[in-house]
Amino acid sequence: MANIKLSAEKLDELKAICKSFKNDKGELINVLHKAQGLFGYLPAEVQEVIAKELSVSVAHVYGVVSFYSFFTMLPKGEYPVSICLGTACYVRGAEKVIDEFKRILNINVGETSPDGKFSLACLRCVGACGLAPVVLVGEKVYGRVAPDGVKDIVAEYTK
Amino acid sequence: MLFISNNTGAKMETVKITIDNKVIEVAKGTTILKAAKEAGIHIPTLCYLHLHDLNIENKPAGCRICVVEVEGRRNLAPACVTECLDGMVINTHNIRVLNSRKTVLELILSDHPTDCLICAKNGDCELQTMAQEFGVRKIHYEGEQSTYREDTSPAIIRDVDKCIMCRRCEMMCNEVQTVGVLSAVNRGFMSVVAPAFEMNLDHSECTYCGQCVAVCPTGALTEVDHTNQVIRALADPTKTVVVQTAPAVRAALGEEFGMEPGTLVTGKLAAALRRLGFNYVFDTDFAADLTIMEEGTELLDRLTRHLNGDKDVPLPILTSCCPGWVNFFEHQFPDMRDIPSTARSPQQMFGAIAKTYFAEKIGVKRDDMVVVSIMPCLAKKYECQREEFATDGNPDVDFSISTRELAHLIKQSNINFNDLEDEDFDNPLGESTGAAVIFGTTGGVIEAAVRTAYEVHTGKKLEKVDFEELRGMDFIREATIDFNGLPIRIGIAHGLGNARKLLQDIKDGKSSFHAIEIMACPGGCIGGGGQPLHHGDSSILKARQKAIYREDAGKTIRKSHENPYIIQLYEEFLGKPMSEKSHHLLHTHYFDKSKEIKVVE
Repeated sequence: MANIKLSAEKLDELKAICKSFKNDKGELINVLHKAQGLFGYLPAEVQEVIAKELSVSVAHVYGVVSFYSFFTMLPKGEYPVSICLGTACYVRGAEKVIDEFKRILNINVGETSPDGKFSLACLRCVGACGLAPVVLVGEKVYGRVAPDGVKDIVAEYTK
Repeated sequence: MLFISNNTGAKMETVKITIDNKVIEVAKGTTILKAAKEAGIHIPTLCYLHLHDLNIENKPAGCRICVVEVEGRRNLAPACVTECLDGMVINTHNIRVLNSRKTVLELILSDHPTDCLICAKNGDCELQTMAQEFGVRKIHYEGEQSTYREDTSPAIIRDVDKCIMCRRCEMMCNEVQTVGVLSAVNRGFMSVVAPAFEMNLDHSECTYCGQCVAVCPTGALTEVDHTNQVIRALADPTKTVVVQTAPAVRAALGEEFGMEPGTLVTGKLAAALRRLGFNYVFDTDFAADLTIMEEGTELLDRLTRHLNGDKDVPLPILTSCCPGWVNFFEHQFPDMRDIPSTARSPQQMFGAIAKTYFAEKIGVKRDDMVVVSIMPCLAKKYECQREEFATDGNPDVDFSISTRELAHLIKQSNINFNDLEDEDFDNPLGESTGAAVIFGTTGGVIEAAVRTAYEVHTGKKLEKVDFEELRGMDFIREATIDFNGLPIRIGIAHGLGNARKLLQDIKDGKSSFHAIEIMACPGGCIGGGGQPLHHGDSSILKARQKAIYREDAGKTIRKSHENPYIIQLYEEFLGKPMSEKSHHLLHTHYFDKSKEIKVVE
């Protein structure tokens, strides 16, 4: 028997999310969206619970989670770093900024640093093309980021 | 508005279409593919699957092989999902259509391994046949090929490099069987059909029913092949190799040798097994008769206790011959695992008797005996590997091979199957009754049980042994059989999705059945995951079913308790049904294999 671990409190919250959508299997994407909001990511245990509550197979839930790039099964860091790869940011050197983050944090895109502090992700256009290239750390926006400015951004959060 | 009469006499709305210059009238809502079929026009399909008699249809319109030209439309339309509209003019085979189909096929092939010569599906692959029919000689598209790890379980191998994303397996696993193990995961070029979290099958809730394998058009899903182990055992002079063959095998094996579906090859089968070098050619049917003795007695025992007012006795009793079904309730309904009969399946009863009673009789040590089973089933491969069916690590049944594997083995051994003279099975474990052979089809196990239970319970002779009310292909059937004034209510389900419905009724306290027969595969064992591939033609299953009942009707003895060798087995060895020895050798227990969500504080 495989056992799944989830704290009672979190389990109740997750079930409440499902219930708020009337445990309707057609609302799977909305439920996953809220659940990712609650946990920061969608671990297997969470998907198992959602499958049970919505009466769908876990394989189906995983199918949806693995299809949409927004959903992640890896926990995000305390400070999630997102680099915009929209057209404007891209042509103004966003890729070099990513490389610098990768080098300094020693992680790849989609990964979280071993200490759980930083995670690295890419996203498409945040609507601030005038500030390209744009980097977000949590909710905070950094504009016109150059590769040599990356270490200062990281330093802000490692004090 | 146009109307035509359907066979119930009611009028229905129709539309008129022109297809390949032929004007035809079809019911509104008919797809172009079906309309073409009615007009005698063949449109090639790959992902599409329609098991007509079972009402199973897969039409994701994913492969685009079935495209046709509809005049006035810019793009070609997939025939499997496009409905006919009044006045539509359709071209199914013009140059534009043929070129598109070939291009689509070449694109599919550009991401497919070309190791056809050594593929398990070589010669029986729908993709291969299509490439041949389309005359593909060169693949004009070269590019990256998707690769994925191979996943081997006790019964099924997933080699998704050969998957063409037709989604047939997914449909069978989810909609028909409601097991829900397989789903399309990831996206685009990376997408594969896999269990949740891309775990291996043996960690999932897979029942090994093999219906995914039965519908896979390519070599992406195949059985674990045990023929080499069997050949090795046959070549070992120190081993006494005993073979048993399941009822459904004799009604299907002939297809592998070009015979009409529904041809019975019982005599040739026995002859071929003897040519292959098996020391004793026995019949699982013998063990099916034995199953009836045990399961029928258990049914009557529970029923009697129930009628005497015992409220704790679990009813209805559920049959337990089908290993896919056993896996299903262990995973999905573990809290109800005291309801199924504790009787082992015929395969395992045979193994247990062969390695005790028969081994003693011929003076062969357990370790020197190898028991091989020929099964229409892939779950049987898993069943014989279950720990509870072994003594000191030595399994009761050593290897289980499918009908398809046996056909390969016969071909490899240079045996001209079609010209073999009929031979009989050996005794004592080769004698069987008509009740045993019908185990191979949905409704058969319960009919066999009724034949014996009726006579044992009433003490009267059954005048008519054919219970037509229990037969057929309807997914859920019910009937009441009069046991001399006592009405016995019987339910039958085939296909695990239908089994789930009956189980849920029991759970909800809505079931009024005394006994329920369940077989995991649509049609029962005749439609098992190890049978010759039907390639979407469900009339083959019907032909096999008819053959099974023909074999039964032709038998001199048609009730299990009248099998002289079964009577002898009880006299010499077991005592009586449900005796201590029977319990030890012929009964089993079930496990809770469900996942539990553990709460940690």
